[in-house]
Amino acid sequence: MIRPIAILVGLGFSFVVLLAFVTGAYTWATEEAQHTAEHEFHLAPHSPEGGFAHDGPLGTWDVAQLQRGYQVYKEVCAACHSLKYVAFRDLAGLGYDEGQIKAEAASYQVPGIDPNTGEATFRPGLPTDYFPSPYPNAVAAAAANNNAVPPDLSLMTKARHHGPEYVYSLLTGFGPIPAELKQEFPDFTTPTGLHFNRYFPNLNLAMAPPLTADGQVTYAEGNPEPTIRQMAADVAAFLTWTAEPKLVERRQTGWPVLGFLIFATILAFLAKKQVWSSMTPGRKDD
Amino acid sequence: MSFPWAKEYTPANPVMKFLDEKLPLPRLVYNAVGAGYPVPRNLNYMWNFGVLAGFFLVLQIVTGVVLAMHYAADATVAFGKVEHIMRDVNWGWLMRYSHANGASFFFIVIYLHIFRGFYYSSYKAPREMVWLLGVVIFLLMMATAFMGYVLPWGQMSFWGAKVITGLFGAIPVVGEPLQVWLLGGFAPDDAALNRFFSLHFLLPFVIAGVVILHIWALHIPGSSNPTGVEVKGESDTVPFHPYYTAKDGFGLGVVLVLFAVMLFFLPNYLGHPDNYIEANPLSTPAHIVPEWYFWPFYAILRAFTFDFILPAKLWGVLAMFAAILMWFFLPWLDRSPVRSGHYRPLFRKFFWFGLIPVMAVLFYCGGAPAEEPYVMLSQIATAYYFLHFLVILPLVSSFEKPEPLPYSITEAVLGSDKKAVLGENTTPAT
Repeated sequence: MIRPIAILVGLGFSFVVLLAFVTGAYTWATEEAQHTAEHEFHLAPHSPEGGFAHDGPLGTWDVAQLQRGYQVYKEVCAACHSLKYVAFRDLAGLGYDEGQIKAEAASYQVPGIDPNTGEATFRPGLPTDYFPSPYPNAVAAAAANNNAVPPDLSLMTKARHHGPEYVYSLLTGFGPIPAELKQEFPDFTTPTGLHFNRYFPNLNLAMAPPLTADGQVTYAEGNPEPTIRQMAADVAAFLTWTAEPKLVERRQTGWPVLGFLIFATILAFLAKKQVWSSMTPGRKDD
Repeated sequence: MSFPWAKEYTPANPVMKFLDEKLPLPRLVYNAVGAGYPVPRNLNYMWNFGVLAGFFLVLQIVTGVVLAMHYAADATVAFGKVEHIMRDVNWGWLMRYSHANGASFFFIVIYLHIFRGFYYSSYKAPREMVWLLGVVIFLLMMATAFMGYVLPWGQMSFWGAKVITGLFGAIPVVGEPLQVWLLGGFAPDDAALNRFFSLHFLLPFVIAGVVILHIWALHIPGSSNPTGVEVKGESDTVPFHPYYTAKDGFGLGVVLVLFAVMLFFLPNYLGHPDNYIEANPLSTPAHIVPEWYFWPFYAILRAFTFDFILPAKLWGVLAMFAAILMWFFLPWLDRSPVRSGHYRPLFRKFFWFGLIPVMAVLFYCGGAPAEEPYVMLSQIATAYYFLHFLVILPLVSSFEKPEPLPYSITEAVLGSDKKAVLGENTTPAT
């Protein structure tokens, strides 16, 4: 009894899904394929020339680059973007010592409570404080930015496919609408207040180009020229660190663990071979 | 249980003797996974995955209990708590990445374990109960994994929960009240997050309980084997320890090496970047996809796009659940007296050239956006999936001439079996 029922159920489901296939295939064959500017002109993110120091299983931080990237964040991005999961104490990971971190934290004003009156006020930051947001709340952020809330940057490079490359490409990808696009899609426009960028999924980004001129940030002696590309690569590296401060520690833990496991597996193989040696004359392993 | 020639446990010292008399726990372990459990001598590496699944269950429980110490199921702080684990908790990143990738590896080994069962028809008598309990474990795993993915409260957590609970909304009449009742609201929020956390903590222990039943049920007929020929005598078996503890130890090593590669070098490869964006009910992600281990069933859900008497969405939901629930009936659908796919030429063709490529297509299409040609591909694959289990499997044995089976496991291994000639069961193989 169970088999005839099963056969009927099986034929039923297949019939219904094949009906869906036939109607879907008909629509697909008769309708024009979707043809959009986003689809044709969106570009996949790419690395800066030479890649990042943290690329690959042996990659490690370029501490000087992280410090430059932090400077770019502080002087450019921080005007609109928060970094709420990063605390000043975390800056030890960028090679700063305790005194420098204290001074850095104290240069920020963070929300606090007046110990005498209990009123909300601001006080100098401590190493245990987190980077304060440039806006008191999301409504204020939206109001100041044409209704587009600037996202928090702490996890940005993990929240996008190929995150570090995406940040780098986006920051260097602003420009005029190419002539081929205009030719193929005459109706395509960038609405007022948005900015054309081929690395953004719908090609129109609310953020204005933040890095507009070489030398916008002044790097200390001994650092590379602060070109737009250099600044973009530096801040992309910095945001890789903010998203995954334990990245290098993780890989450095991984190598000895992997070495141990491979060694243990070889021993386990030899043990298995020895245990089975008496059992396997002409054994055919299925 | 098991075979008359199973070695009996003899306590080696007075302490163990005392324990054996008062609470024979060592005896239980000895008979379950020790020298007291005779196992067919010809098991190949596909028989490693039960032990490996057990390992990953334990890993998930251990890492999960530690993570729960640092987590809070509150929609306002849950996302930040996960970041706290990643940044501030000592070795927190190791715990969390082990747990996330451990879930993936648990599913990898379970899928291999299940497909081993399909190929060698491990579900057939006398092991029906082992199979039924196994399907129960798989369903519990899926529920646990789904709820666990909601806990980090990222965009995919929120929207995945919304889509999956939305499936219940497709049920006529009671659907929508049921969905609201399950979520504790109209959309996933604190109520849903808290109950998912509670159940996510509970269900692994339920799984552990059903695993004990699964192993218990297995030990009554004993393990199956690649020939599908039942054990005939002592020469067909070896004690589980040391033979299979050694073999499983090597298998575990290989899987742990792969696990370490993912964990330390590609920990987010199997995840979705959108889950590093905090849940936002006002912003729908471009493509909502579940975790990779749900992709085949998600593809089946989305393959039904045509309203035939019932709404397409309801067809999709019914098909998705049927796609797994029908596994419960396999022991009675497949009527071939031969177990192993090795000796079933026609079945074997359907398995390698039908089921396996179709599963690959469903895996791929479930993770792809709901666009052509992926929808058409998953429709063809879904049609075959149902035909394979519900039509081909019940009928194929009528048209199939099985290849000759070996007399015994010993003959399959050694090329000859003395007792096949002498008609006795006493000669152990050397």
